[in-house]
Parts: sequence; structure tokens; C-alpha cells
Amino acid sequence: MKEISELNLPDDVRYSETHEWARLEGDTLRVGISDYAQDQIGDVVFVELPEAGDLFGKGEEFGSVESVKAVSELFMPVGGEILSVNADLEESPEKVNKSPYDEGWMIEVKIDDPTELDRLMTKEAYIEWLKGVE
Amino acid sequence: MKESAGTTGLILNEPLLWEKGKKGRCGFSLPRRDVEPSPPDEDLMGEGPDFPDLSEVDVVRHYTRLSQWNFGVDTGMYPLGSCTMKYNPKINEKQARLRGFSGAHPLLPADLSQGILKLMFELEGFLAQITGMDAVTLQPAAGAQGELAGMLLIHGYLKSKGRRRSKIIIPDTAHGTNPASAALCGFRPVPVKSGEQGILTPEAIIEVMDEDTAGIMVTNPNTLGLFEENIQKIAEIVHSKGGLVYCDGANMNALMGIAHMGKMGIDILHLNLHKTFSTPHGGGGPGSGPVCVRKYLKPFLPVPRVIRKDDRYSLSEDFPQSIGKLHAFYGNFGVMIKAYSYIRSMGPENLKKASQLAVLNANYIKERLKGIFHLPYDRPCMHECVFSDKFQNKQKITTLNMAKRLMDYGFHPPTIYFPLVVKGAIMIEPTETESKETLDLFIDACQAIADEAKTDPEVLRQAPTHCKVRSLDEAAAARRPCLTG
Repeated sequence: MKEISELNLPDDVRYSETHEWARLEGDTLRVGISDYAQDQIGDVVFVELPEAGDLFGKGEEFGSVESVKAVSELFMPVGGEILSVNADLEESPEKVNKSPYDEGWMIEVKIDDPTELDRLMTKEAYIEWLKGVE
Repeated sequence: MKESAGTTGLILNEPLLWEKGKKGRCGFSLPRRDVEPSPPDEDLMGEGPDFPDLSEVDVVRHYTRLSQWNFGVDTGMYPLGSCTMKYNPKINEKQARLRGFSGAHPLLPADLSQGILKLMFELEGFLAQITGMDAVTLQPAAGAQGELAGMLLIHGYLKSKGRRRSKIIIPDTAHGTNPASAALCGFRPVPVKSGEQGILTPEAIIEVMDEDTAGIMVTNPNTLGLFEENIQKIAEIVHSKGGLVYCDGANMNALMGIAHMGKMGIDILHLNLHKTFSTPHGGGGPGSGPVCVRKYLKPFLPVPRVIRKDDRYSLSEDFPQSIGKLHAFYGNFGVMIKAYSYIRSMGPENLKKASQLAVLNANYIKERLKGIFHLPYDRPCMHECVFSDKFQNKQKITTLNMAKRLMDYGFHPPTIYFPLVVKGAIMIEPTETESKETLDLFIDACQAIADEAKTDPEVLRQAPTHCKVRSLDEAAAARRPCLTG
């Protein structure tokens, strides 16, 4: 398992306390799980995602990720409507492990309230948060 | 025996029976035909089944070899926490094979099934006495169905009182099936965190318990192996708001004849006969998950129920408030015979002693291993104890590596990565049936593995090396399962 210093934590995303990341791309927000989360849960074998059009509030469960260890819930970093989901993960769930911020993205969201994004953590704040978790 | 049980002994390969057979071989002689041949209806004919032709010795060697690849509680220590893999005394099997039991048909009339009905009736009574509850149903097929039965009982009871409620409180130290059972019954599970000591605090329950909450599902002892010391207080809080208390009794092996669940404030409790009462478990099952209740819940128990009148036993469906039927016929009767045999052969004093020894064994392991593995909750435990891989993480060794390595030393791995409240959990339940010598060997193996983590971590990453098959690719097996031969 990775030390905090070994984690891949990009600057261009924001992080939630439940280890999701969120990246604003134009009007939409892409969401996935952080390198820390994929490293902790281990090899992902199944990702359960919502359907386009589903509505969720901030912090609500939008799906789950099953690894060889356990099933973990996925929580909305902000509230909004699901625009699309990463259908590739159905066939290739390992993308969550191999490329958590790129090919392993999970959902695209139309945000209800853009200010909610400011309440997510920056890379630096997330690293501090992880030190508290460890 | 002082040395470790794990060796690289010769393990024989064995092909599939279909690869082994040869046309014309036969394992037995067909009896001589004593009637005229009569051709069957053409429409009913088709291809015959694809069975291999085998001699008797082919079949005997096949299954003997497969059995030698396996590891069971008859082979060695099986410290799978939360599962109570205690030894299954062979006397139980003998009783279950008695002709009157094994040959009975479930549709036999009550007049011809008096012994069977009497056994069920008495077993209900024993389980009520052991737990301190008032009435019992033997119908649920296993623990999770017992939980569902419990939820249906809560629903039935509250409905009869005109209370409509939508939520169930479930602590993070409950069994994983609890929230699923509540949700299956239509309740919304409300999670609640255990306190710093690893047990529930009354304050946490006061905060979530309200008039829309049907009750709580609490596992006691909980999945950290700790006794919920505030249970009585928690039950009072739940009852004061009109809810009921369900106890997951999968961990009853710590409490037989010691704790009175009724006095603790428990309204409904399920038992796992395949755990606490020594009947076979897992692939050796099936299971059985009786549900014990307080007397005000008796009218809601599943039907049919065994009743006694003038020393005659019969089955009755005449319980209008019953939640209905849960299982074909009357449950897994074969398992009931084995549990009955266990209870009768142990007697009340020895059942109590079994629980005492289960707790003693777990505490011995906890104390001896606590410097070797990280112990997140350092307090007296019940029948099991939970460690983590925190010390070994420094060498990038995980719980999974150590669990695999234990097999090389001749032990079944403990439960790993559960409960979820402990990161990298190693959950050890030795049960009462292991002797001090075996426990010491297990502890020595754990010590050796912890040493290897420091001196030769690679050997742990490669483990197991002595087994028939090496470490399997679990991820590939789960992603692309191959379910046929």
C-alpha cells in the first residue's frame, strides 16, 4: 500500500472527505475516486453506477465499487443531475485502479450549486486530511 | 506436536471424472431383470446424461484425493472470526442418520411423526432456555433468513399496534447482512457509529432513535468481539420510543448459559445452529437460523408451529397474526437433529463451559499476539479478537499477505478485512475446541510470520508456497468468473 508521499494527487481536481475527486470541465463536473481510495480498496472487480438523468444531493450515495476486499459506497461530492456515466467500467473495472483520474472516471454531473465545489478540498488540504485518517 | 503442521507433503493430482472414465467400466452390477422389458414412450426419450464410465476404485480415489486438497475443521484449526468454526462432533452425524429421522418424509402425517415433532418441540424449549427468551421458531434456513424473519416480526408487531415506522438503527459493528435484511423488509437502515471503546454509547442511540424508527439491530457480542456493555440502557431508549430490539445472535458462542438475553432487553434474537450449536458450516451445511422471541411476539412467529396437547404433538397453522411461511415444510430438519444431539450430549453445565473456554481461548490469543500485531481495541474480548496489519504496513506487508502465509504453516486463515471499522482487520476466533497446544502453535506461526515480514517480506508476498495451488488472481476470478469445468 502506498505512503502518502507516493500517492498520485493531481492539482486540477478537488477532493471530498470520502475520497472522491471532482474536476470541472466546462459546465460539467467529472467525478471518480482518488488514488488513495483505489489503493486502499485494492483490485476493483465491479463498479455500480447510476443512470443519466438521476438526481442526487451532495453526500448522497450514487453507486458502489466492489473490490476483492469489500463493497464501498460512492458519494456525491456535490449535488446535481447525472449527465453520463463511464460505460467502459462495466467491461474494464480495472481502469479505476490503473487510471483513477482519467480512464477510470465514473460520472459526469450537472451541478446544482457551483459554490458547493469551493467546499471540496484542494490537493494540499486533502493531504492534511489523509494524514489525520492514517 | 511441537513443530508446525504445514509441510510440502506429496499432493496427488486428479483429473475430472470425465477425463478419467473409459467406456465399459462399471462400479457395480445391475440386479438381474425380473420383469418383461417395456419400451418407454418415444416422446419421453432423448439423449442420455453424459456420465463417465468408472470403476469403484476410480470413484473412491477421485473423492479421496479431492478431500485431501481441502482444508476443513477436521484437518486443522480454522480460526475464521465471526463464523464460529467449532468442531462438529461425530455423534451428531450418527443421530441424524438414524433411520427414523433420515427416512422420514415431510408429508408423513403427524401420527407417524411423533418423534420428529417431539424433537422439534424440545429443541425450541432448549433454545429458549439457553437464551432466556420465551418462544422459538426453527424455520429460518440460516442466519440471514433469521434476520429477515426478525424484521418481519417487528413489522407484524408494530402493525398490530397501529404504529407505522420506516427506519431501523444499525451500528457499524453489526454483521454485514443486517442492513440488507432490514432493507429487504422495506425498512431504511440508519447507520450509527460505535464509540471510542468499540461499543455503542447510549448517547449515539438517543440521537437517532425517534417515533419513525421501528427498532435496532445489534450484534452482541459485536463484530469486534466486544460485549455491548450498554445494551440494557440502549434497549430502554429504544423501547421508550416504541421500538423493538433485535439481536443478531451469530456470536452467541460467547454467552451460552451466561447471559440472559431477555433480561438484557432483547425482544428478538436469531441463533446460528451451524455456528454456536456445532452443526456443519459452509459447504458442509445447510445452515439453520432459529429465531427466539419474547412472549408478546409469539403470535407472530411463522407457521406451521409444533404444538403439544395431551402429550401428542401436531402441526398447527392456526395463528392468524403469523408472518406466514418462511421455508418449504419446517426448515432444515437434519440440522436441528444435530443441534439437539449437541445440546443433549453437552448438558447445561458443559454448554456454559464451552462458552467460557471460547472466551478464554480468544483472550489468550489476544494477550499473546498483541505485541506482534496491532490491537486497535485493547480490552477484554469475548469469543474473538480483532487485530490489524498496521505494524507490518511499514514493510508494505498487508493482512492478505499474512493470511496467505498462515496456510503454509498449516492453519486456515482468519477472517480478513472485516469488520470494516478496523483497517486491514485480522479477526481471529479460536473457539473452545482448540487445545492450548494448538493455540500455542498458531501463535508461534503468527510470530514467525511477523518476523518474516521484517527479515524476508518477499516470502510473504509469494505465499502460499506449500499449498496445492499458489496465490490465485482473485481480481481476474471476480472480473471474469469461469463457472463451468
